[in-house]
Amino acid sequence: MGAVYGLAAMGITLIWGVMDVINLTHGTMIVAGMFSAYLLVGSAGVPVYATLPIVLVGGFVAGVALYTIAVQRVVGQAPLMSLLSTFSVNLMLIGMGTAVWGTVLFNVPVALPGLSLGRYTFPGTHLMSAAITVLLAGALYLLLYHTRIGKAVRAVSGNREAAELVGIPTRRVLALSFGLGVALACVSGVLIATLFPFTVLSGDPYLLKSFVVTILGGLGNPVGALIAGVLLGLFEGLTTPFMPVSWIPVIEFALFVVALIAFPGGVLGLRSARPH
Amino acid sequence: MNLLRRPFFWIIGAVILVFALAPAYHGNVELRESLLLATVYITLASSLNMMLGYAGYVNFGSIVFFGLGGYFCVWLMSAHGWPLAAAALAGGVAVSAAGLLFGLGILRLRGAYFALSTIGVIEAVNAFVTNFAPWGGSSGMYLSPVLFEPLGGARHALWTIYYLLVAVMGMSLYLSYAVKRSKFGLGLLAIGQNEGAASVLGVPAPRYKAIVYSLSAFLPAVAGGLYFFKGAFIQPPDAFDLQLSTEVIVIAMLGGQGTVAGPAIGAFLYEQLRGWLLTSPTFANFQLVVAGALLLAIVLFAPGGLMGSLYRRWPRLRGFLE
Repeated sequence: MGAVYGLAAMGITLIWGVMDVINLTHGTMIVAGMFSAYLLVGSAGVPVYATLPIVLVGGFVAGVALYTIAVQRVVGQAPLMSLLSTFSVNLMLIGMGTAVWGTVLFNVPVALPGLSLGRYTFPGTHLMSAAITVLLAGALYLLLYHTRIGKAVRAVSGNREAAELVGIPTRRVLALSFGLGVALACVSGVLIATLFPFTVLSGDPYLLKSFVVTILGGLGNPVGALIAGVLLGLFEGLTTPFMPVSWIPVIEFALFVVALIAFPGGVLGLRSARPH
Repeated sequence: MNLLRRPFFWIIGAVILVFALAPAYHGNVELRESLLLATVYITLASSLNMMLGYAGYVNFGSIVFFGLGGYFCVWLMSAHGWPLAAAALAGGVAVSAAGLLFGLGILRLRGAYFALSTIGVIEAVNAFVTNFAPWGGSSGMYLSPVLFEPLGGARHALWTIYYLLVAVMGMSLYLSYAVKRSKFGLGLLAIGQNEGAASVLGVPAPRYKAIVYSLSAFLPAVAGGLYFFKGAFIQPPDAFDLQLSTEVIVIAMLGGQGTVAGPAIGAFLYEQLRGWLLTSPTFANFQLVVAGALLLAIVLFAPGGLMGSLYRRWPRLRGFLE
């Protein structure tokens, strides 16, 4: 479960780290992933895990479009502006979603045999999700650290003007990272949809979790996000026997604020602290 | 008071007078209900504006003050038999104090991080109240109709609440104005421009931010008390409605953040627009979409809002409208 939080957070941490834009549509993009999986499985009969590449590409295209429409003009301005612009896009998407689907529960049926290990049984969907997450995290890591594109992304993230001076097409790189971030959100939405039922409004808790994971894992660090996601998942698993589930947001939020104040560079601190 | 000599002071007074007299003159209940909503919007927006427009801190959770104020007031009245005015004021003071304590904590975060944490505040407070048994948990609290008696029955009470809300709105406008004209306000504006530079020049940024956070909590909390008393019912989804919080941001941006008149004009326009959208069959479901599109358009193309474009066209307006 935690691995999926990590995947969800990778999208936000990528965008945040590279262009200093906090993508508030993230939660809704996760939900968009859920719904595309639901529609593809339900009406086109595509097997669930085969929807992943489709959603990945679709999410990428949506992300690039979103970047061009709403984000391009506010990159590099005060954080207030990009927050507000992604927030308003989010409002529109949620408004349309609730108008079309209402707020009833949906779920994607998956039959996958579980794996028994002694006294414990791991549901197949959980294992599959974890495996896919690790795979994607690995792919993202390779992309960022072992290709020219990744090098460009990291250069823009480090210093945009300098990157532009040495001839990197920063606009395209920014659009690319935004697309990637949204695509990751959508994919994690598909995986979450195989685990839990969902509504149009399910995005917010995942958005909050993604922030917590991002802060814990360090900005712009996919591997940190994965580790922090697993930690958060474990933490939730360990606390649920002792308290009602509805208290979890309170605890996660407290964790978020404490982490922000105590470790501005991320608890795993793999990247140096940046002034905020 | 040199404020008294400024024309804008009297403009605010005239607006309040119109609000107070218009529905009474016609005895028009429909107009009163519509204006009542406008007073709530104006109170919320001009209080938020002190955070958003002056100090440059986005608070996505400003509605928490409104909801908590409502809860305090309803709880004091139903469980302890307090009169309305005392309960609403006590709610304001309590929420303000809580805001001060809380502000000292989360205002150590800057810019975007603060904005994110306010989303967390709304989620956390909502979860807390939903689980808090003395406040009725997820089913909320009802007020017995008997409580309307001291105000001369339900019908009369609605008028009293309306006048009280108009008074609260007036206070919020004057407060916003007085803050803007004060040294404190200048400090806030400096923080909004560049917090680091402001601190270096001797603006006690952490203290100012905490004070303005708590100040922006007070009147919304009082208004919340009055508003939920009017409905005689409060439950978490109504009290901590993220949508209302959003609308307040849209309103402040629409009118022009950082100005005193902007949020008021924005609130009035938005209230009219909303009424029209809700009654028109095509758009009834798309209210959020419209609010979102409006906000996006303002952010991308006119970050100064309505007041910003007015100022650009007629710079001399700056002398009258603030």
